[in-house]
Amino acid sequence: MNLEEIIREENIVYRRTPLLTDKALSYCPGCGHGTTHRLIMEVIEEMGIQSDVIGIAPVGCSVLAYEFMDIDMIEAAHGRAPAVATGIKRTWPGKYVFTYQGDGDLAAIGTSETIHCCNRGENITIIFINNGIYGMTGGQMAPTTIPGMKSSTSPFGRDTAMMGYPLKITELIAQLPGTYYVSRQSVHTPASVRKAKKAIRKAFENQKLNKGVSFVEVVSNCNSGWKMTPVQANKWLEENMLAYFPPGDLKVDGQLVEQGKTS
Amino acid sequence: MGEIRLMKGNEAIAEAAIRAGCDAYFGYPITPQSEVLEYLMAEKPHERTGMVVLQAESEVAAINMVYGAACTGKKVMTSSSSPGISLMQEGISYIAGAELPCLIVNVVRGGPGLGTIQPSQADYFQATKGGGHGDYRLIVLAPSSVQEMADFVKLAFDLAFKYRNPAMILSDGVIGQMMEKIELFEPIPRVNEFDQSWVTTGKTPDRQRNIITSLNLDPYLQEEHNHHLQEKYARMRREDVRYEAIACDDADYLFVAYGSSARICQKAVQLARKKGIKAGLLRPITLFPFPEKILGDLSQSVKGMLAVEMSAGQMVEDVRLAVNGKIPVEHFGRFGGVVHSPEEVLEALEEKIVKPVV
Ligand SMILES: Cc1ncc(C[n+]2csc(CCOP(=O)(O)OP(=O)(O)O)c2C)c(N)n1
Ligand code: SF4
Repeated sequence: MNLEEIIREENIVYRRTPLLTDKALSYCPGCGHGTTHRLIMEVIEEMGIQSDVIGIAPVGCSVLAYEFMDIDMIEAAHGRAPAVATGIKRTWPGKYVFTYQGDGDLAAIGTSETIHCCNRGENITIIFINNGIYGMTGGQMAPTTIPGMKSSTSPFGRDTAMMGYPLKITELIAQLPGTYYVSRQSVHTPASVRKAKKAIRKAFENQKLNKGVSFVEVVSNCNSGWKMTPVQANKWLEENMLAYFPPGDLKVDGQLVEQGKTS
Repeated sequence: MGEIRLMKGNEAIAEAAIRAGCDAYFGYPITPQSEVLEYLMAEKPHERTGMVVLQAESEVAAINMVYGAACTGKKVMTSSSSPGISLMQEGISYIAGAELPCLIVNVVRGGPGLGTIQPSQADYFQATKGGGHGDYRLIVLAPSSVQEMADFVKLAFDLAFKYRNPAMILSDGVIGQMMEKIELFEPIPRVNEFDQSWVTTGKTPDRQRNIITSLNLDPYLQEEHNHHLQEKYARMRREDVRYEAIACDDADYLFVAYGSSARICQKAVQLARKKGIKAGLLRPITLFPFPEKILGDLSQSVKGMLAVEMSAGQMVEDVRLAVNGKIPVEHFGRFGGVVHSPEEVLEALEEKIVKPVV
């Protein structure tokens, strides 16, 4: 068999989705943002909904997401994406609207917009990148920084007596009647990437049902902010982040999933 | 002739929004303008025109909902009063930076802080000089009657879309709460076509993707964008200055006042003329762009001007800039929620302008 015989359409096992632009990603090598971007674009391509999708990326490392995603996109103020999404979805109920938010964005400065958007049951998809730190501004403590974890503003580790506790916002919003699907995933291994993609696909498909918010948390690494190599970061993520933020579905088809029974 | 109704200023705004083909209103209650949201909710505009009305969880959320709908080319608005407008400043700055059309109504109350629910004009600086961060301007319209509360909704949308810039109706508690007979304009249908050169309604195969952002990390590109904004504001100054001149032709002295202060000054002009003082009134209708040329021209023919506003003196600075030292310009106003009377205003004209300059 020669090379020409191998390079054939029917032999393709992987191809880069054309919905990712040719622009080189601005993320640090090994960062989960890039993987998650790919998953979202693959889902949009596979569903064939590019012409009906509007994405919103607020401030954070992914503020330039619009450079990489070949869809109509909006940059929003820090924390405000769920309100921006509400304004669009209410006036364009037939479109697919999603937000792509970091933990500082979604669970600190934008907590109010997040909770009320979820509580109103806006028929949108929220992708929540939880890397336990403020990546863009250089590694400060986030609402999701786990106890003892070091950051530039908790240089001796997060002291919960002084700095409060990490916010499990995903557990919180799963309780709200306005959410229809709530899931926590990660993208640190090939297996977890496949699972995360399924969850993202479900979160987009749900918009057809008009039943409320579909919310996917992606526990991700910030190897730069954590001051680790990508491999170390993924290992640390598995051992520490996932222990605090266990992966799995929290709510499916509007029904809370029993604790421990993760799918 | 359009339909005649007796309405509150705030209700007139709401009814006019439905008639102007507004697609969506997002707001949060605050006195003295809650009637806008209340009227809209009771009126069910969704059934009349398909207009969306939603009570947001805060003014921060409301202005960002406006931002979202505006990104898709929809005619969208919000309304609030001073403390709420302060909360919106971040969003307004983003809207101005991203060059989106929308309407923001501020029915001003006394401040600073929680202040009072009584009328005021102390948000002039915030409305006309930018308000949030960065170099930007809003188109600012100042109605002085319930009729204008209605008419300016349509005008504000037209200007907002002409320039792709946020427009503000700067009203106050007097105009918002008082009732007057008005003639409503004929309803215009909601628009169903959107300018695909910029709206984010979904990337169709026949066009490039559209991106709405106010971010430009490259300072040289950001400077270029700022130049573009400044050119737009210069064009507003050339093409869209509006004002009303009352008894200015033979005037020796001029009141300069907008909104409810202009109504009060109109009465003061009559009182002055009865006393033999030839007073006139120049009423800026657009506070940005400010009618500086006409004020400069009038400074050739009048002896002095009194800026009357319910603030400690804000618009007076723009009047002084327009007059550029040629004649005395003074300020008078009650503030913190107190409304001046025509008699007080006339007395101030005599004290501060007529006596010193005769
Ligand atoms: C109003 C406002 N406050 C602060 C900032 C600065 N800022 C930019 S991104 C960011 C944190 C982002 O962290 P996160 O949302 O977790 O996203 P990540 O960068 O980690 O992906 C902050 C504080 C800002 N842009 N706007
Ligand atoms: S700083 Fe962290 S979150 Fe940002 S791109 Fe780098 S690794 Fe990713």
